[in-house]
Amino acid sequence: MVENRPGLTVLSHVVLILGVIVIAFPLYITFVASTHSLERIMQVPMPLLPGGHLVENYKQVLAAGTHTGSKASVATMLVNSTVMALAIPLGKIAISVISAFAIVYFRFPLRMFFFWTIFVTLMLPVEVRIIPTFKVIADLGMLNSYAGLTIPLIASATATFLFRQFFMTVPDELAEAARVDGAGPMRFFWDVLLPLSKTTMAALFVIQFIYGWNQYLWPLLITTDESMYTTVIGIKRMIVGSDAANEWNLIMATAILAMLPPAAVVLLMQKWFVRGLVETEK
Amino acid sequence: MEKRVVFRSAWLPYLLVAPQIAITIVFFFWPAAQAVWYSFQLQDAFGLRSQFVGLQNFEQLFRDGNYLASFQVTAVFSVLVAFFGIAISLLLAAMADRVIRGALAYKTLLIWPYAVAPAVAGVLWAFLFAPSIGLITYVLRGLGVDWNWIINDNQAVALVVIAAVWKQISYNFLFFLAGLQSIPRSLIEAAAIDGASPTRRFWTIVFPLLSPTTFFLLVVNCVYAFFDTFGVIDATTQGGPAQATQILVYKVYHDGVKAADLGGSSAQSVILMFIVIVLTAVQFRFIERKVQY
Repeated sequence: MVENRPGLTVLSHVVLILGVIVIAFPLYITFVASTHSLERIMQVPMPLLPGGHLVENYKQVLAAGTHTGSKASVATMLVNSTVMALAIPLGKIAISVISAFAIVYFRFPLRMFFFWTIFVTLMLPVEVRIIPTFKVIADLGMLNSYAGLTIPLIASATATFLFRQFFMTVPDELAEAARVDGAGPMRFFWDVLLPLSKTTMAALFVIQFIYGWNQYLWPLLITTDESMYTTVIGIKRMIVGSDAANEWNLIMATAILAMLPPAAVVLLMQKWFVRGLVETEK
Repeated sequence: MEKRVVFRSAWLPYLLVAPQIAITIVFFFWPAAQAVWYSFQLQDAFGLRSQFVGLQNFEQLFRDGNYLASFQVTAVFSVLVAFFGIAISLLLAAMADRVIRGALAYKTLLIWPYAVAPAVAGVLWAFLFAPSIGLITYVLRGLGVDWNWIINDNQAVALVVIAAVWKQISYNFLFFLAGLQSIPRSLIEAAAIDGASPTRRFWTIVFPLLSPTTFFLLVVNCVYAFFDTFGVIDATTQGGPAQATQILVYKVYHDGVKAADLGGSSAQSVILMFIVIVLTAVQFRFIERKVQY
């Protein structure tokens, strides 16, 4: 930069540090609350430094939830959330990559019709078709099952578009060379296209992992059985009444457990995360 | 844009699109069609018989004060979430774009809330603002503010907006930072040589060049406020007190699942579908414009 304004640089740091503090404050308080006994939390004001009940609280929720609210084990919920967070991205990538391949590399009757059919799903989020979708799941006997939790969420226009866009940038010479060498379409797909798509897949996986883990309305609708709750739903079921009636120390321990896996993914795979976020929105 | 080199097969492409098309039809089109169908039906209290009533469900909705109020709540809520979310992230991104030392650390510390589920964000803030034991409530009481979002309308809206904005800042921040970093340094340096102050440079050069990003984020934030904040609301206020935070999506859920009013809820779904179609169209018009830049 052609000018040097130390005052402005100091101001920038001050604003950013304030921003970081405000963003991190609820997380810190949540952590502190999860390390105290209930009696200590109920004393106003609550302590600002961590206490000695960390192991006890986490053991309690992992094994048997709360005492007054839901008694479902959070360990089971974490397993359910993990299944959702893995099955949704994997399923989504699998069906999107093959449909994008068909739409880009083949000419066939109804090609554009299929393309638009996939496109229109952008305009039909779960929220606008809550009751009828619930009925379909109930009719198919998929309530309280992993299939019901994941399959309806794996169809997505964004993933298909992302792969389509990427395939368009793959040089035609590659497909031509493959054809000259006598490779069929599936051979080309496995040996050329898929290896080239690795980075797109990684970026998509990170974004969809977070999407799957954080699902709320869908599991809320179709899980009634405690053993099928996801972690995010579990927290909500632990809140039973007015604020003083809740076991906040245990609820906050569960909240920390619900935040850890997706936050770890964002921080450890930051490069893929940023890329996936920017690309899926194009 | 089309590929020059294509493969030929009479059946393979159909097989490849089949899984996605099947899921789309079963879980998207079929339920959406049913929502439209139910919206013209009136069911009796036990769900045994239903009768075709034409547009009656819609007429009833638009005469229903609660529904119109829900529109207003949604509008106010979206404007607040979009405005604060965009303003705060733009400030942070502009500062992060300036600093050299610690830039990566700041970025890392600002983006993690993206990973937090909206419902969990709601619970975190509900705890801080809890009427009897909340830490912020305690501080506010010390300042002479009586905080109880369980009975106070405006405070309930404030709570939901704060939780929703807090979660969304990371997303807006990343897009603004990417936008700022793509502005050519030479433009800003030329203005600096001409003696324009940093503030003036920001408003006359940087901000106009960021307008495509800002507009994009405006649409995304509205969609977020419309749909994704369901979790925030369900985990905190549940639409209360007295429907003060009952946004349209929450009302569809409440009327359909809790009050079991199939026709009314479906009619609301159809109206929401219409809103989504308009928002998506706006978003795509904008993307076309960006391509022509």
